[in-house]
Amino acid sequence: MSTRQDEAAALAAETSEGVQEMAVRSATESAELLLEQGAVLRLPEGVTVDPSDLDVEAASEETMIINMGPQHPSTHGVLRLMMELDGETVLRTKPVIGYLHTGMEKTGEELTYLQGGTNVTRMDYLAPLHNELVFSMAVEALLGIEVPERATWIRMLMSELNRLSSHVLWMATNGMDLGALSMMVYGWRERELVLSFFEKATGLRMNHNYIRPGGVAADLPPGWEDDVLAICEAFPPRLDDYDDLLTGQPIFRERTENVGVLTPQEAVALSATGPILRSTGVEWDLRRDMPYLFYDQVEFDVIAGTYGDCFDRYAVRLNEMRESIRIIRQIAGRMPKGDYRSQDKKITPPPRARIDESMEALIHHFKIFTEGFKVPEGEVYTAVESPRGELGCYLVSDGSAKPYRLHIRAPSFANLQTLPIMLRGGLVADAVAVISSVDPIMGEVDR
Amino acid sequence: MPVVPEATPVGAGSLGAAPGGGGPEAGEPQTVHGVPATWPCGQQVLHPAPGQYLDLVKALREEGFNLCVDLTAVDYLAHPGRHLPTGVRPERFELVVNLLSFEHRRRARLRVQVPAAEPVVPSLFRLYPGTEAMEREAFDMMGIRFDGHPDLTRILMPEDWEGHPLRKDYSVGRVPVQFKHPPETR
Repeated sequence: MSTRQDEAAALAAETSEGVQEMAVRSATESAELLLEQGAVLRLPEGVTVDPSDLDVEAASEETMIINMGPQHPSTHGVLRLMMELDGETVLRTKPVIGYLHTGMEKTGEELTYLQGGTNVTRMDYLAPLHNELVFSMAVEALLGIEVPERATWIRMLMSELNRLSSHVLWMATNGMDLGALSMMVYGWRERELVLSFFEKATGLRMNHNYIRPGGVAADLPPGWEDDVLAICEAFPPRLDDYDDLLTGQPIFRERTENVGVLTPQEAVALSATGPILRSTGVEWDLRRDMPYLFYDQVEFDVIAGTYGDCFDRYAVRLNEMRESIRIIRQIAGRMPKGDYRSQDKKITPPPRARIDESMEALIHHFKIFTEGFKVPEGEVYTAVESPRGELGCYLVSDGSAKPYRLHIRAPSFANLQTLPIMLRGGLVADAVAVISSVDPIMGEVDR
Repeated sequence: MPVVPEATPVGAGSLGAAPGGGGPEAGEPQTVHGVPATWPCGQQVLHPAPGQYLDLVKALREEGFNLCVDLTAVDYLAHPGRHLPTGVRPERFELVVNLLSFEHRRRARLRVQVPAAEPVVPSLFRLYPGTEAMEREAFDMMGIRFDGHPDLTRILMPEDWEGHPLRKDYSVGRVPVQFKHPPETR
């Protein structure tokens, strides 16, 4: 008997994941309880938590701590949530991440600036072009080079299309999580429209490595206007359909309205950005408020919600897609002629034909692909508005051909911190809706 | 709560007048709240001493920097000769904090020198709760400890991991490639 117990204890010790656990409730001092309940995420007094809100005393003794994930289908990858439940009510939540950590920031230090794009594009795999864009912008800022106008417009076109594909996939998975399975099929179908254009333009459906330091990898394919126009024509009526399908559906509204409410103060305090911040009513969009590329030359509205609940986050994303289409139409109408990448021979590889006829081009080609181009010493932070919020790149160069330090400020990483606040006091069944509404991409959370 | 020695009064006079790195833009102050400022790539960078760090962040928060966008760290072990304003002594680690002001539509970046012997800095958690996960990441990856952080544990690496992977003296490691004979034809 005792040997069996020993075996069980040994097995438990072997499979234990260490002390990544919630502290017991009684271990939390009463002063700390005023900040937030438990060992998870605490907010400073006065910023967000009204002490009279806390019904810690009311919680019965029979609480239970359960794990949701990391293999739960609704956690969008490998997110693990530890929840303390009182019956079906969520008292505390602690997100546990790191299951997809692959050391991409460390890898980035081993790759040249030209190779770096292939690394960062795999972080947020639903918005790869935004990752490439922010990395390229950081490199260009350190190099101090100008990007040709056409390249900038192409970058804008691609990143807005990418926003479309990302949001439409979010609608699909959100629908799936809430039981609207038809939305899932439609969402994947619409995303395919955009991805097939990406494949035509960049050669790949995902992880394109298309936006590179100095410009873009290739010019837009012939006939791109028709493809983009077809997307712009196809999307609006279908978005209206989905609006009817979801907004007009009582079950969907019941499951999202007043669920996972976040106040603007909480969102700002927790460094949330993107649709989560905007759903609470804070109009903050880097495209409008701190314009990069040529966003100051196109017209669009910043969509903001009112209540900060799951429904508002859905509505913000739905309407952002309509704005993206508006932007794409303007870009398509204004696309200038010219170079699609910088003509700086130290940075841009020469065209294949030049290598046969020019010794200098051959040398440049050889240098760029063996040791890469050198970037002047310095450090810079650039940021773009990705579909999930502020995507930043902090790049330190020591003057060599590889980044000394590459740090990506991942929007999902910061946004995940809002989960414990949104889930608090809700039902465990609503957790699925709330997790989905945050739209976490574990690839960029863990990097 | 962390104790902050040698606190500088908010808006005090110039400390280190001569800027290093990219020179200040015309008309921009060389010190902000008594902390030397530089303008590399047109971005404002402040270099507080470790003792000034918390007070500076408090002052900036009062000034309208309401969102802490990012907090990360850099290990300068392999690159000691970087540009810093005079009066700022380079240390092995550097804590980099990005603040954002909605009101002024501006960013401010703080670079705090953290000595290798005792890599401890005060936590910003009480000012910006959103730094909770970021400080845990900096601790996990670089081994910088945050005084006053509510839950300073590893966040990305497994709990029992040894070492801090993003340090420059931490080897990348290699998996030996096993060359096997080609698959046999059927």
